[in-house]
Amino acid sequence: MIVIKNLHKTFKTDDGDLEVLKGIDAEIKDGEKVAVIGPSGSGKSTFLRCMNLLETPTSGEVWFNGTQINVPGVNIDEIRAQMGMVFQHFNLFPHLTVKANITLAPVLLKRMTQQQADERAIELLKRVDLVEKADAYPSQLSGGQKQRIAIVRSLAMNPKMMLFDEPTSALDPEMIGEVLEVMKEVADQGMTMAVVTHEMKFARDVADRIFFLDGGHILEEGTPEQIFDAPKNPRLKDFLSKVL
Amino acid sequence: MSFFATIGQHLYDDFVVEGRYMYILQGLGNTVVITIFALILGLALGVISSIINVFYANGKRGPLMRVLKVIVSIYITVIRGTPTVVQLMIMYFVILTSGSPLVIAILAFGINSGAYVSEVFRSGIQSVDYGQTEAGRSLGLSANQTMFKIVLPQAIKNVTPAIFNEFITLLKETSVSGYVGIQDLTKGGDIIRSITYDAFTPLLLVAGIYLVIVIGLTQIQHVVERRLQKSDRH
Ligand SMILES: Nc1ncnc2c1ncn2[C@@H]1O[C@H](COP(=O)(O)OP(=O)(O)O)[C@@H](O)[C@H]1O
Ligand SMILES: [Mg+2]
Repeated sequence: MIVIKNLHKTFKTDDGDLEVLKGIDAEIKDGEKVAVIGPSGSGKSTFLRCMNLLETPTSGEVWFNGTQINVPGVNIDEIRAQMGMVFQHFNLFPHLTVKANITLAPVLLKRMTQQQADERAIELLKRVDLVEKADAYPSQLSGGQKQRIAIVRSLAMNPKMMLFDEPTSALDPEMIGEVLEVMKEVADQGMTMAVVTHEMKFARDVADRIFFLDGGHILEEGTPEQIFDAPKNPRLKDFLSKVL
Repeated sequence: MSFFATIGQHLYDDFVVEGRYMYILQGLGNTVVITIFALILGLALGVISSIINVFYANGKRGPLMRVLKVIVSIYITVIRGTPTVVQLMIMYFVILTSGSPLVIAILAFGINSGAYVSEVFRSGIQSVDYGQTEAGRSLGLSANQTMFKIVLPQAIKNVTPAIFNEFITLLKETSVSGYVGIQDLTKGGDIIRSITYDAFTPLLLVAGIYLVIVIGLTQIQHVVERRLQKSDRH
């Protein structure tokens, strides 16, 4: 599904250049769930955002379904429509009702008629138990509800893959569970997923593979058992001792 | 003569004799027409130029964008740097030496207003969280779709008070239309003064009419703002 080759990303800042990603090679196969863990500021978000080109790689290659997407001439909107993204701060559209948040993109992009999109929205809202909020505005929702809606909004485009950037980090603790539950359900239905997360239990339960990112490199990757039960890299051991 | 008798005589001479109230009515009509059409033109120019500025600031810098950005920068600098009445006179005496004075005034005031509207919208757009743009783009929407369906609607809410301010300013600025021979509300009152030699009564009426319109606009502003707050209720 996604192949990344020798990915570099340098940000130009007022204090000079900041090299965040220093040559990353990775692959995520169809249906696979990958969790990305690592210390804060290690470049996890940047790595994820390079997958749908919200950040433009400085060099290296990003391939999606057999097409290199970080080259001129690629219709990136077309690619992004197939890759949902869920953000830490939800980013729901505050001027639109819940239902309009969900139907906006499918209708604008002519994937569905308004009526089809409305039906699909209601069906998805039932799945996350929020159908009674269809006509509410985002400001009337709790954080956990907002994030479930944000997930539904992405799903409404029928993406082939979903990117999650710390989807529970901005939530009050009592709301984390309801969002992880929805994510598990999405995972169970076979969605290809890349999830940046600090929820180690979720990573262990749901991920097929885990990337440990630090210092601009994937320092270790492996199954949850390899990463959590038999970590090899000292930085990973140190990181796990702090978060577990 | 008592004060009221004097006032009565003035009112009669200023507005009734020879149907002089028509100077006020026609003037008011012209003022309203110029203001409304200039506002529409100004909004169009302002929104377009602010979007060019924002796209440029967000890193869209192809050759066409660079040219547009330069044009917009010159436009805003020149318009904000020179007096409205001078712009109106240049439009009338230099650029469009023939044509309907009313249309010329609409163009001059509209172009003028657009520069201010542009700055209002630019800050309004930039005050919308960039996460909104990212969410739109991540769903596959184009930059334009994201701008018009997601960012602008939120920006409009932010800028509504400032736009009404601009509307009110524009209404009052059209009072210099007399400089190019247009008989607007102010000029209408002035013509009556030059006939009857009474300055007080016509000017008072003219001022009162502007004031009433502005109060009306302010009321409309409150209604519009309340409507736009709909999605903010908790
Ligand atoms: N747009 C940007 N401009 C400049 N620096 C950035 C930008 N985005 C991220 N960074 C910097 O890159 C580093 C990695 O950021 P990020 O990918 O967000 O890390 P993580 O998600 O692992 O916490 C941080 O030092 C951050 O400050
Ligand atoms: Mg991050």
